[in-house]
Amino acid sequence: MTDSTTIPQAPPQDDVPSRKLMVTLAGAGAVAGLMIVFVYGWTQPTIKAYKARMLAAAVQEVLRMPASYDTLYVHQGRLVDQLPDGVSAADLEAVYLGYDADGSRIGFAIAAGEPGFQDIIGLIFGYDHNDGKVLGMKVLESKETPGLGDKIEKDADFVGQFEGALIPLLGVKARNASGDPHEIDMITGATISSRTIIRTINNAIERFGPMFDAYYEGTGP
Amino acid sequence: MRQTTPQMDFLRGIWRENPVLIQMLGLCPALAVTNTVANSIAMGVATFFVLLGSSLLVSTFKRWVPHEVRISTYVLIIATFVTIADMLLEAVVPTVHKALGAFVGLIVVNCMILSRQEAFASKQPIGRSLLDAAGTGFGFILALLMMGAVREVLGNGTFLGISLFGPNFEPWVIMILPPGGFLTLGLWLLVLSWIQRRRAESAKVADWPAGVAQRRAA
Repeated sequence: MTDSTTIPQAPPQDDVPSRKLMVTLAGAGAVAGLMIVFVYGWTQPTIKAYKARMLAAAVQEVLRMPASYDTLYVHQGRLVDQLPDGVSAADLEAVYLGYDADGSRIGFAIAAGEPGFQDIIGLIFGYDHNDGKVLGMKVLESKETPGLGDKIEKDADFVGQFEGALIPLLGVKARNASGDPHEIDMITGATISSRTIIRTINNAIERFGPMFDAYYEGTGP
Repeated sequence: MRQTTPQMDFLRGIWRENPVLIQMLGLCPALAVTNTVANSIAMGVATFFVLLGSSLLVSTFKRWVPHEVRISTYVLIIATFVTIADMLLEAVVPTVHKALGAFVGLIVVNCMILSRQEAFASKQPIGRSLLDAAGTGFGFILALLMMGAVREVLGNGTFLGISLFGPNFEPWVIMILPPGGFLTLGLWLLVLSWIQRRRAESAKVADWPAGVAQRRAA
């Protein structure tokens, strides 16, 4: 060895048997796991019930207070009203078909999401398939910039425009609308967020439109 | 080691050694989620709960935890309480939980909590550790409230969602955006150090006649 420097040795340590270290960590981990499992079991029903309630309220809102609604599942590219055997509802995408008091169809409520400015913007919207018309839109989940992007859910003027707008939606600069029912005024300072909403709805209809056609053909108008 | 009274253990965390305003710990949540008063309160209470629970366990089991694995054990304990706080928030106040987003999970790495375990709870009896944790936790809530109140009032014109100035107020949006957090924290630190300096100066002035008298006598 030509190098004369010596590698400093670690100072001698008090011997704690490694068994004791392992037992301590394993014990702490087991206690931690038990506590979490207990709280999980205790809070999960409340969390699930809340989510279901929020979804039901959102469906009511975007379909303009239907008298009743059915849940339709997307299974192998088709809409089915019964859960296929051996598949749980949590694994399937669902849309909601609302009826008025006479039992005629109002439209579908569709939940969809696409990346916005910060994170996925999740929304639900009502859609009348006969007229190709949006009935209402509600943002379910968004982390958009407070004060700017979050206007997509807080600005009543913006949200209100979706009622009666025709598919495909077309975003235009604020106050530049020509009165065309396809047009949506975007929010100044929240262009990306506004555009995401419009794109999400258009893409969802592009995807679900053929399924709705097939469903209407299969079940009568 | 400096001796302290139980009363001091509790009180010093609130103001004299406030975790955010004096020790500059836990700045990440203090900057990120104080855009409204409601978020500040929820974040403060969640952190308070984690701090109190962790201090209780760390202080209780300090005798059995070997020195080599103490940090891992503290982090494990803290992470457990954070997970519990996260699930409780989601069950009890789902809207606030949504607004806090990832920052509840990030309480795990809040150095304010780890520092209380390492510096205090791992060496002191249970009662004192709980007092210390409660004091620090209240200090944290206080600091977040000071930030949240300024930011919500200026940035949104509301306090706890109640409109203060009527519809003609033009909100100062930058205050609820991330830069507003830095501005508000800087302003509070400025105000506090200004008060401190004034106090130190007036104490000097009060001492002056005595000092002069001494010098004259000499």
